[in-house]
Amino acid sequence: MKILVTVKEVAEAEDEFEIDGLDIDERYLEYDLNEWDEYAIEEAVQIKESGDCEVVSVTIGPERSEETIRMALAKGVDRAIRVWDDDLASAEMIDIGTKADILASIVEEEDPDLVLTGVQANDDSFGATGVALAETIGFEWGAVVNALDLDRDDGVAHVRRELEGGIEELTDIEIPAVLTIQTGINEPRYASLRGIRQAQRKPLDVSTLSDLGLGEDVLETPVSRTAMYEPESEGEAVVFDGNPEESATQLADLLRDKGVVEG
Amino acid sequence: MSGDVLAITEHRQGELRDVSFELITAGRQLADDQGGDLHLAVIGGDVDTFASELNRESVDTIFTVAAGEEFNHDTYTQITEQLYAEVEPDALLLPNSVNGLDYAPAIAGRLDVPLVTDAISLSRADGTLEVAREMYGSKVETTVTVDADTAAVSIRPAEWEITEGEGQGDAEVRSFDADIDESAVKSTVTGFEEVAGGDVDISEANFLVSIGRGIEEEDNLPLIKDLVEATDATLSSSRPIVDNGWLPKNRQVGQSGKVVTPDVYLAIGISGAVQHVAGMKGSDTIVAINTDSNAPIMDLADYAIVDDLFDVVPQLIEAFE
Ligand SMILES: Cc1cc2nc3c(=O)[nH]c(=O)nc-3n(C[C@H](O)[C@H](O)[C@H](O)COP(=O)(O)OP(=O)(O)OC[C@H]3O[C@@H](n4cnc5c(N)ncnc54)[C@H](O)[C@@H]3O)c2cc1C
Repeated sequence: MKILVTVKEVAEAEDEFEIDGLDIDERYLEYDLNEWDEYAIEEAVQIKESGDCEVVSVTIGPERSEETIRMALAKGVDRAIRVWDDDLASAEMIDIGTKADILASIVEEEDPDLVLTGVQANDDSFGATGVALAETIGFEWGAVVNALDLDRDDGVAHVRRELEGGIEELTDIEIPAVLTIQTGINEPRYASLRGIRQAQRKPLDVSTLSDLGLGEDVLETPVSRTAMYEPESEGEAVVFDGNPEESATQLADLLRDKGVVEG
Repeated sequence: MSGDVLAITEHRQGELRDVSFELITAGRQLADDQGGDLHLAVIGGDVDTFASELNRESVDTIFTVAAGEEFNHDTYTQITEQLYAEVEPDALLLPNSVNGLDYAPAIAGRLDVPLVTDAISLSRADGTLEVAREMYGSKVETTVTVDADTAAVSIRPAEWEITEGEGQGDAEVRSFDADIDESAVKSTVTGFEEVAGGDVDISEANFLVSIGRGIEEEDNLPLIKDLVEATDATLSSSRPIVDNGWLPKNRQVGQSGKVVTPDVYLAIGISGAVQHVAGMKGSDTIVAINTDSNAPIMDLADYAIVDDLFDVVPQLIEAFE
C-alpha cells in the first residue's frame, strides 16, 4: 500500500507587518509546515506503522521549503518530491486548478491507494486542493476528516467528518480516495533526533513541470490577485493602558461593573 | 451571457441552514450586478417545505431535487452539474461550509470553471468578477479578480445578511429530475453523532474565560484555573487547546464547537480565526488579552489589553483575591 501526503510550507505574518504591492513584504513573513498537514503526515505514518505501507510526501514549493519537508521525513515519511521550476517561481498565483493539475501528475507517477492532505493551508486558506485533486484524478474523497479507520481488505475508509456545531458525520468511502485531514485527528509526534538525522539521507527529488510532462499552460488561470490591503478596522476597542497591574485593575473594574464578578 | 446566478442551498437534519438565506442575499446582489435572475436549488430532504421557506421576494426560481434525506457529495456533484447545464448561469454560488468544502472544488473541476472559496464580498463590474477574501489568518484582505464568463464562488457563512420574508416571494418552483449514475456514488453516509456533551454547558455561562494557543503549554493551565476560580467564571477555549487534549471537546468555542453568548467573553491568547469567531461573536461584551495589537480578535473586542497574558493574568487574579 502507498499513501501520498501533500504538504505545504505556509507563510505566517509577524505581529507588525507592511504590505508591498500584492503581498506582505517578505521581511515580515515566517515559514512553517502547514498545521493541518502535520496531522495528515501523522495519520499516514500511523497507518504505515500498522502494516506494510510506503508514505511519500509531495510539495509544490521553492528550495526554502525543503526545510519543512525534511520535518515530514524526520517524522517517518519515506521519501519526498518537491515540484518547482522557474515558471512556477514567476507565476503570479498558483490557483486551485493549477495545484490540482500538478499534484495529479504526481499521483499518476506514484499510483497511491490513499492521498492525505490538510483541510486547508493557513496562509491562503482556499481549503480546496484535496477535493479538487480528487476530481482531477477520479478518486473518491472526503473533506474535513477527524477520524479514519482504514479497512484495506474491503477497500473502504470509514471516516468521521466534522460538521458544524459539534456534529460528526459517519461516512464510508471507497478507496482509492483523497481525504482532507482536520486537526485533532491524532497527536502529531515530534521529530526525534534520530529521525532528523535519518531525514538527511532520505530521498528528496525535485521535479520541474516539464519532468512531469506538463506545459507552461498549466499555469494559465483567469484567477488573479489584484489587491491586498489591511482590513478596515471596525475595532472600537477601548484599550486598557499601563503596566500589567494597571491594565488588570481596569479590567477587574469592568468585570465588576458588568456584574459578572463579585468582590 | 445570461447574467443568471445559481445558488445551491444547504440543509441538515430537516432544517435549512442560515447560510441558505445568506446565499439569497449574496446571489441577488450578484444577479443584479450581472443583470440576470437568481435561481436557487434545494437538493434532498423535504424539498417542498424547504422551497416554501426559501420563497422570498428576491428569488426568481427554486429548483427542487429529490435525492435522499441528507447531503451526499457524489449526488450533490452530479445534480449540480445537471442543474448548471439547465440554467447556464454566469456564476455558481455555494456555501463555504464543511459540506461546501466537500463538494465545491469537485463541481468546479467537473464544470471546468474557476473556483474562488471563502468569499466575504463579491461583485461584477464591466464583466469582471471581483471577490474579496482574507489571507494570513485574517490579517489581510485581498481582491481576487476572475477574468472568465462563468465562475464558482463559495461564500463564507455569516458574512451576508439573511434575506427575510419566508413564503412572501412568488418564485417559480420547479421540480427537477436529475439522472443519478449510482455507480459513481462511492461514499455512503451511515449516520450522525453529536459530540461534545458532558458535565458543563458553556453555552449557558454568563462569564467565559476562554484560552487559546497563547497559553503555550499545558503546564500553564493551573494559572488560568486560578483565574477561573477567583472570578467564578466558566472555562472555555479555542480549538488547539482541545486538539492538544488539554481540555475536553465540550469546552471548544467555534464553528465545530459550541456557539456561546455570554455577558462577557474574555479571550486570552486567542487570535480570532474566523472559525473561532463563528462561535463567540454574539457575546455581549468581548474582552481580549493579546500581545498582538493586529490580531483579528482586536477588531471584534470592546475592550483590550495589548500585553503578555503571563504578566496580566496574575495581576487580574490578585485584583479579586
Ligand atoms: C473546518 C474548520 C473548523 C474549525 N473549527 C474551529 C472551532 O470550532 N473553534 C476554534 O477555535 N477554531 C476552529 N478552527 C481552527 C481555527 O482556524 C484556528 O486554527 C484556531 O481558532 C486558532 O486558535 P488560537 O486563536 O487559539 O491560536 P492562534 O491562532 O495560534 O492564536 C494565538 C494567539 O495568542 C497570542 N499570544 C501568543 N502568546 C501570547 C501571550 N504570551 N500573551 C498574550 N497573547 C499571546 C498570539 O498573538 C495569537 O493572537 C477550525 C478550522 C477549520 C478549518
